Amino acid sequence: MQQLKSGEVNLGTSIMAVQFDGGVVVGADSRTTTGSYIANRVTDKLTYVHDRIYCCRSGSAADTQAVADAIHRSLQQYTQVYEGTPTVHTAATYFENVCYNNKDNLSAGIIVAGWDKEVGPSVYNIPLGGGLFRQPWAIGGSGSTYVYGYCDATYREGWGRDETVEFVKNTLSLAMARDGSSGGVIRMVVIQEDGVERLFVPGNELPKFWEGLEVLGKASAQPPVVPMAVEPL
Amino acid sequence: MTSIGTGYDLSASTYSPDGRIFQVEYANKAVENSGTAIGLRVKDGIVLAVEKLVHSKLLVPGANRRISTVDRHVGLTTAGLLADGRHITGQARKEAQVFRQWHRTPATLKIIADRLGAYIQMYTLYSSVRPFGVSTIVGGVDKTGPGLYVVEPSGVYYGYHGAAIGKGRQLAKNELEKLNLTELSTREAVFEAARIIYLVHDDAKEKEFELEMSWIGDETNGLHVPVPKDLHDEAEQRAKDALENFE
Repeated sequence: MQQLKSGEVNLGTSIMAVQFDGGVVVGADSRTTTGSYIANRVTDKLTYVHDRIYCCRSGSAADTQAVADAIHRSLQQYTQVYEGTPTVHTAATYFENVCYNNKDNLSAGIIVAGWDKEVGPSVYNIPLGGGLFRQPWAIGGSGSTYVYGYCDATYREGWGRDETVEFVKNTLSLAMARDGSSGGVIRMVVIQEDGVERLFVPGNELPKFWEGLEVLGKASAQPPVVPMAVEPL
Repeated sequence: MTSIGTGYDLSASTYSPDGRIFQVEYANKAVENSGTAIGLRVKDGIVLAVEKLVHSKLLVPGANRRISTVDRHVGLTTAGLLADGRHITGQARKEAQVFRQWHRTPATLKIIADRLGAYIQMYTLYSSVRPFGVSTIVGGVDKTGPGLYVVEPSGVYYGYHGAAIGKGRQLAKNELEKLNLTELSTREAVFEAARIIYLVHDDAKEKEFELEMSWIGDETNGLHVPVPKDLHDEAEQRAKDALENFE
């Protein structure tokens, strides 16, 4: 099986979602490529599917847009038929059904995240074959492979909104620095009970705390960041 | 019966000039001939109880149950044509399973009642079919709390605190109205349900009957199960005592 058709637009991506006490933060880079050509450097890969539910798209741009549109429609129908807002679990199940049933024809790795009345914040990962996994945090796309260790070592339970936003921003910057098919800007969405907030980090303001004095210079304005707090034995 | 001989009652797909569908009204008559079934929606759960008329001494006691489980958290009982009731039960189970497969989460009572209503209504539209001769009580506990619905042969459904269908429904409704259902516990409701079934039973017309009861609540862990034998027997004894004092 071919991964992508020749000329197909790829979201060779870095995406992630992290839950915290009052909500979730979803984030993504903004690069869309056809081969080595950057088709769009300011892509929005964070897609609204319901009032408090977003998805992060990776894989084929066309496939994931079509799937997100279909689920957006299903969730609108859900609100009408059942007279209430769907849970994140419901939305994720819809995604999983489409991704699993059409696995031979799709290249879509999707993270669904949001807030609902029943369980509060939650993050679901739907990787390539159409599995469904609830996780405290999830990363996806080609860039994610470079930052699994960073996430494992850095993530802590019980963070608040600001710490979580920092974590997402740092992780995506690291992934975008190493992954050739990720880059551009960082887009983030913070989803909480009382509202949804979009955040934007331009390409020239990305964190680069790991690059060392020679690159950063002594007068670097980068905030001090401890990427890994190693616990004593 | 003004409908007889007019020709307007020959098919469910024909209205009478004043806008009635007599086949559906006849279906309601089939329900009225059935043994009484009641449902109580209380503080933490629901109780279903039926007066199961036993038409032959050769039938095994406790067999041929009238209450069935639709999903882990949903119970159902019908009054009317028994075979139709079985079909409706099967359909309700199918709906519950389909919902579970799609949503990976149990259906609410409202959804099951809505889908049963839609299904039953389909049988009031065509001349090639007859409307179902049953009223259905569906009860259970879902994420929104206890729920109790009655679906009629026309397909309409209403939510209730207390529901009664079949022969003794009028008397049963009178008794249900006297109860403070929102304050009752499921255990207390079992005693009330047993009492009402014994009260509405008319032993001048029907001699033999069996009391059948099921419940869902905190005590059953949210599962629809028959009322345990010791509680069932105690409730039955109290019902008989209450009846003697009443008369």
